[in-house]
Amino acid sequence: MDAILRSTAAEMVAALADGTTTSVALTQAHLDRIAEVDGAVHAFLHVDAEGALAQAAAADERRASGATASPLDGVPIAVKDVLATEGLPTTCGSKILEGWVPPYDATVVARLRAAGLPILGKTNMDEFAMGSSTEHSAYGPTHNPWDLDRIPGGSGGGSAAAVASFEAPLALGTDTGGSIRQPGAVTGTVGVKPTYGGVSRYGLVALANSLDQVGPVTRTVLDSALLHEVIGGHDPRDSTSADVPLPDLVGAARQGADGDLSGVRVGVISELSGDGWQPGVMARFQESVDLMVSMGAEVVEVSCPTFVHALATYYLILPAEASSNLAKFDAMRYGLRVLPEGIDSPSAEEVMRATRDAGFGDEVKRRIILGTYALSSGYYDAYYGQAQKVRTLISRDFDAAFEKADVLLSPTAPTTAFKLGEKLDDPLAMYLNDLATIPANLAGVPGISVPSGLADEDGLPAGLQVLAPALADDRVYRVGAALEAALLDRWGGPLLDKAPVLEGPR
Amino acid sequence: MATSTRQADALVDFDAVLASYDPALGLEVHVELNTNTKMFCGCPAVFGGEPNTQVCPTCLGLPGAMPVVNRKAVESAIRIGLALNCDIAEWCRFARKNYFYPDMPKNFQTSQYDEPIAFDGWMDVEVGGETVRVEIERAHMEEDTGKSLHVGGATGRIHGADYSLVDYNRAGIPLIEIVTRPIVGAGAKAPEIARAYVAQLRDLIVALAVSEARMDQGNLRADVNLSLAPKGSGVLGTRTETKNVNSFRSVERAVRYEMQRHAAILDGGGSILQETRHWHEDTGVTTSGREKSDADDYRYFPEPDLVPVAPSRDWVDELRGTLPENPTVKRTRLQAEWGFTDLEMRDTVGAGAFGLVEETVAAGCAPQAARKWWLTELARRANESGVDIADLGVSPATVAEVQALVEAGTINDKLARQVFDGLLAGEGTPAEIVAARGLEMVSDEGALGAAVDKAIADNPDVAQKIRDGKVAAAGALIGAVMKEMRGQADAGRVRELVLERLG
Repeated sequence: MDAILRSTAAEMVAALADGTTTSVALTQAHLDRIAEVDGAVHAFLHVDAEGALAQAAAADERRASGATASPLDGVPIAVKDVLATEGLPTTCGSKILEGWVPPYDATVVARLRAAGLPILGKTNMDEFAMGSSTEHSAYGPTHNPWDLDRIPGGSGGGSAAAVASFEAPLALGTDTGGSIRQPGAVTGTVGVKPTYGGVSRYGLVALANSLDQVGPVTRTVLDSALLHEVIGGHDPRDSTSADVPLPDLVGAARQGADGDLSGVRVGVISELSGDGWQPGVMARFQESVDLMVSMGAEVVEVSCPTFVHALATYYLILPAEASSNLAKFDAMRYGLRVLPEGIDSPSAEEVMRATRDAGFGDEVKRRIILGTYALSSGYYDAYYGQAQKVRTLISRDFDAAFEKADVLLSPTAPTTAFKLGEKLDDPLAMYLNDLATIPANLAGVPGISVPSGLADEDGLPAGLQVLAPALADDRVYRVGAALEAALLDRWGGPLLDKAPVLEGPR
Repeated sequence: MATSTRQADALVDFDAVLASYDPALGLEVHVELNTNTKMFCGCPAVFGGEPNTQVCPTCLGLPGAMPVVNRKAVESAIRIGLALNCDIAEWCRFARKNYFYPDMPKNFQTSQYDEPIAFDGWMDVEVGGETVRVEIERAHMEEDTGKSLHVGGATGRIHGADYSLVDYNRAGIPLIEIVTRPIVGAGAKAPEIARAYVAQLRDLIVALAVSEARMDQGNLRADVNLSLAPKGSGVLGTRTETKNVNSFRSVERAVRYEMQRHAAILDGGGSILQETRHWHEDTGVTTSGREKSDADDYRYFPEPDLVPVAPSRDWVDELRGTLPENPTVKRTRLQAEWGFTDLEMRDTVGAGAFGLVEETVAAGCAPQAARKWWLTELARRANESGVDIADLGVSPATVAEVQALVEAGTINDKLARQVFDGLLAGEGTPAEIVAARGLEMVSDEGALGAAVDKAIADNPDVAQKIRDGKVAAAGALIGAVMKEMRGQADAGRVRELVLERLG
């Protein structure tokens, strides 16, 4: 493997700046890596070598003329297949969108292009982002680079695995209940869910509009901050996007890397531990908290009693919104069209039914049915209405907790990566993976997952999550970077150095 | 379809309906706003255009696209609400109305549900000299759907069509839906109240300049809800909702028809099916559409892609300042200005010609002349061809032009009628019609004098009577001259010439 591939995005920028490499060379190296290992990992659904190299050449020309479009100009990136990309297929991991090529770019994609990041391709995901293992992709699962028999997390397993296997230095993910953070935890990478409204959702094919957020998937905290600053900020096309300036995220990450957390109150959420939490994951979490204390942080225990209802709340609000969002996939304008068998001249309604039956996978159907039920007349108050009330209570728990602490901490996921197929037939067990990540989505607060080490039982990566109040994304970068720096010292290098070497057929 | 073989509905005589039942009326009017852009995107909100050219990812409902509320549409909604004496919500949301239909790009309509922008208003409606207060329940914002065109089959309806085409240009055009509370106690006046309400509402919308408000083009669409209850029972019966009622006259006819049809069913011991019905302008009947029942579940929930609309009180007050004069107040003022009697005013309003007269006067026409043309010539022609007077195709400005020709002595009233014939036949402007039809009056004193002299010579007896002082006899000579001139002479001038010669 080309040595440059193991660098961070920030190091790649430095190499581009001092002429050690070019964007074309860097992009080509990543395309070669994809060709080498993606047969085994299956992080990508679509690779755009030609487009990426053309963008890389343009970046090199800019740099040669003394100009750069952004601090990440020329560094290639992978994009989750749930984001609309003009001229590139966008399937959301579903058969129903097979072959659909959007005529427009999502705002975050347009910002990547404007910032000069060559787009390597589109990454695999659970169908319409419904899942925690990427096994619900209609195009086959992604494999965890730490153990190809295990899941890479989900729904954004493709983006996390691409970054973990050095197929891309950066990726975009989306996080509705943990789809950036949980894959980050189980692949030993960094993932950030920004404040709701902090990054434009225009062009993100909505799973649950009130929960979804686009965010960075990277190998370091600083790289996430650099990427976050490229994609973040107000977008007039997204009415829910916050019209306030982004905090200084890169500055916060650099400050954190100095290793000083004095005066920072870190709150440990008592509800997010105990039975069902893998001991090795808990051990790495406790060590991390202790490290923070050694850097000057003050630890407080906080209780968020309504968090125990977060999962149930989430599985009412999400399917309700999703059932309505997914109604547009009806074979009338784009995507798959299936003609029903045994009907001579089928009506539009019959074509819709046959297409949706053939085009959606089981998990999608399950959630459409749940959501349709939750919104039905006579049930609305008991389910959707009640869930909204609990959602408010969860936000109040956060408000109270942030009175006592500047940031909140928990393990990102209860366990390390499980085996492919292990939980596929047990939806509830699958849903439990997102126990710790879901509250942040319900309340709209930002969160980061950083690697906390390897669990003793299985030698697989575990993650720690840092949550902050809405719009205070800089805090998660500062604390995340401090922990990362301290752990790197302890490990003597990046956690990913401990991952098995992937070599595919040349 | 079975339209041709459909059995005619049994109907009860209108007076008999009233003997046994009390009607309850409800009107839902959709107003298509004239904003430059659509409700939730930047596409032009224009009528017509090549199919599927005024579209973008948002109004096509492409995956990932998001809506943004059109501020101008909110402004129009608030102004309509204020003009209807409504309260304006301090905070309200859009909701999704979920149902599958091919002309709806997202398979949900972004509308307002239990939080309308305007609510609890009223409008006073003039009917036969009386004022009836119609209570407004709500006015809310929503987006229009696309348009389906069913090709093949006999009826142009979806059943029996070979295939269907969908044009999404209309999808996302802003609509305001204005819903009345049930109007009860109207009795025999129910059909007239329905018509007067829609007509006055249109006047209001026109005065607000928020819509083209053309019923024939679908800018203003009325749905008529009607139910009957046993006389004096004080309850509300099962209602039907009649759609596709595209003129004031049709509103009145549809109410009347449904009253008669309901009564026949109820008289026969049957019960009314709660359903959507379609009005057929040509045959003057309603036919069953879709059965509407409690089984319809639109699974409304707040639109998560939009933030609440929270118009500041300052803005609402500012918009209140932009409201046009209240039409009722305006009517009193203009009646005084025009010098109309109460009867003349009532006839003008009753004929649906108030706004037309106003615009005609504004175009420079004398008020009485404007009233005369609209209420005699044009009302008669509208009646003959069964269209609304406003839809006749003659504009107020044109009527003012005709009157100007009369006042200039180019034509007289009798010739003006021929000009109206020409206008309705699409022969051009009044001046062009006068020229093309050779209607200009003879002002050549020589030719006129010769005709007068000829009439005197042809009617020596009459001429003698006038010489003897019987001036009233001049009429016969004037008539003869007018006949000679084929009507194209100024009768007043002819009279002067006759009396000059014989006086």
